[in-house]
Amino acid sequence: MTLTAPDASARPDDQRELTEAEEASAQAAFDAIIEADQRIEPRDWMPEAYRKTLIRQISQHAHSEIIGMQPEGNWISRAPSLKRKAILMAKVQDEAGHGLYLYSAAQTLGISRDEMTEQLIESRARYSSIFNYPTPTWADMGAIGWLVDGAAICNQVPLCRASYGPYGRAMVRICKEESFHQRQGFEILLELSQGTPEQHQMAQDAVNRWYWPSLMMFGPPDDESPNSAQSMAWKIKRFSNDELRQRFVGMLVPQAEVLGLTLPDPNLRWNDETKQWDMSEIDWTEFNEVLAGRGPANAQRIQHRRDAHESGAWVREAAAAYAEKQAARERQAA
Amino acid sequence: MASPGDVAGEGWPLYEVFVRANRGLSHVHVGSLHAPDDDMALRNARDLYTRRNEGVSVWVVRSSAITTSDPDQKGAFFESPAGKNYRHAKYYEKSAEVPHL
Repeated sequence: MTLTAPDASARPDDQRELTEAEEASAQAAFDAIIEADQRIEPRDWMPEAYRKTLIRQISQHAHSEIIGMQPEGNWISRAPSLKRKAILMAKVQDEAGHGLYLYSAAQTLGISRDEMTEQLIESRARYSSIFNYPTPTWADMGAIGWLVDGAAICNQVPLCRASYGPYGRAMVRICKEESFHQRQGFEILLELSQGTPEQHQMAQDAVNRWYWPSLMMFGPPDDESPNSAQSMAWKIKRFSNDELRQRFVGMLVPQAEVLGLTLPDPNLRWNDETKQWDMSEIDWTEFNEVLAGRGPANAQRIQHRRDAHESGAWVREAAAAYAEKQAARERQAA
Repeated sequence: MASPGDVAGEGWPLYEVFVRANRGLSHVHVGSLHAPDDDMALRNARDLYTRRNEGVSVWVVRSSAITTSDPDQKGAFFESPAGKNYRHAKYYEKSAEVPHL
C-alpha cells in the first residue's frame, strides 16, 4: 500500500471506523506514548478531544501571531530612527513567520489553512485579547516587547515539550526568535527611562497600561480554568496558569529595577512564608469584557485582517492563474 | 488517500521544505508552506525558514509527491531489523577487551 503526503493527510475522515476493541487498544497505545513522555505524531491515532483541543489551541495561537502584527505594524512608519524601524520590521516579519509555522502545525490535525483564515475573519475564532489594546505611544513598542513578549515566552518555553510533535517543533523555532523581541523592547524602555523626564514618564505610562493585561495573558486563576487539568494530563500544558504568572512576576521585578521603572501594583511583595509573590487581585471583569469582543480595538483588528485578505485576493488568484499557465505550457512542450 | 495540497477549498498546494544548514550537512526537513508554484515555494521558503542565515541551500517539494510508510503497519513494515542485533558492533562481546577493535 502506498500513501502520499507526509503529515497533513491525517484527517479524521481518512480513518476508517474502528471497532470498540481496536479503539481501546489504540487508546492504550496513545496513553503509553504520553506516559513515556514521547511525542504524538500526525498520523498516530489520537482521541478526538485531544485533536480538537490542539486544533483550537494552535489555531488561536497562530491567529494571535497574525493579529499581533497590527499594533506594532502601525509604528513601522513612525519609528524614531532608521535602526528602530529596521528592528521593528524584522520583528513584525517574525510574527508573520510564527503564524505560518503554527498554521502548518494545526493543518497536520486535519483543518485546512483556508478554514482557519475564514474562522478568523468571520470572528468565529479567538486570538489573544492582549492585541485588542491600542498602542498610542512609541513606549508601547517597548512595553509590548518587554511585557507581552516576555509573558508569551514564559508561556511558550514549556510548550516546546508539548506532547504533540509538530506543535513542539514549531514552538522551538518560535522561542529561539522571541528572545530578540523581548530584548529589543527592554532596550526601548531603558533608553526612554534614562532620557528626558517626559520620555521617562512615557515609558512609565506604557508599563502602567500593559502590566495588568500581560499578567492576564496567563489565563484565569487555576481554580477557574476548567480545561487546564485535561491539558496537563495530556502533557500539552506543563505548568498551571498561576505557576507561570508567579514565575513571570518574579522575573519582572529585578528587570524593572534595572529599567528604573515601577510595576503598577502597590501590594506587590515577596512573601517569605508562602515563597510566592503577593499581589493585588486581578480585575478579571476587564479581561472578560475584552475577551467578549468589547475591547478597545477588537472590531478594528478583525476589520483590518478581513480587508487585507479581501484586497489581496487578486494577488492569490493571479499567482494561481500564472502557475496554471506555466504548468500547461510545460505539458505542451513535453 | 487525499493529499493535503489538493484538499478542496485549499487555494494553493502544500510544499515541504528542506534546508542544508551548512556545507557538509544533509538537507533536513524544517516545515511546510503553501505556494502557487515551485518558484514561489522556493522564495517563500527562503523568507520563512532562513531569516537568520539558517541555511546555504533549500529544497522544496510538493507534499503530494512524497510517498510514506503506513503508520498502521509500522510493526510489520519495520519487522525485518528487529531481532537482528548481530548487525550492531556491540553484539560481539568477546572482542571488548581487545584494543583497536
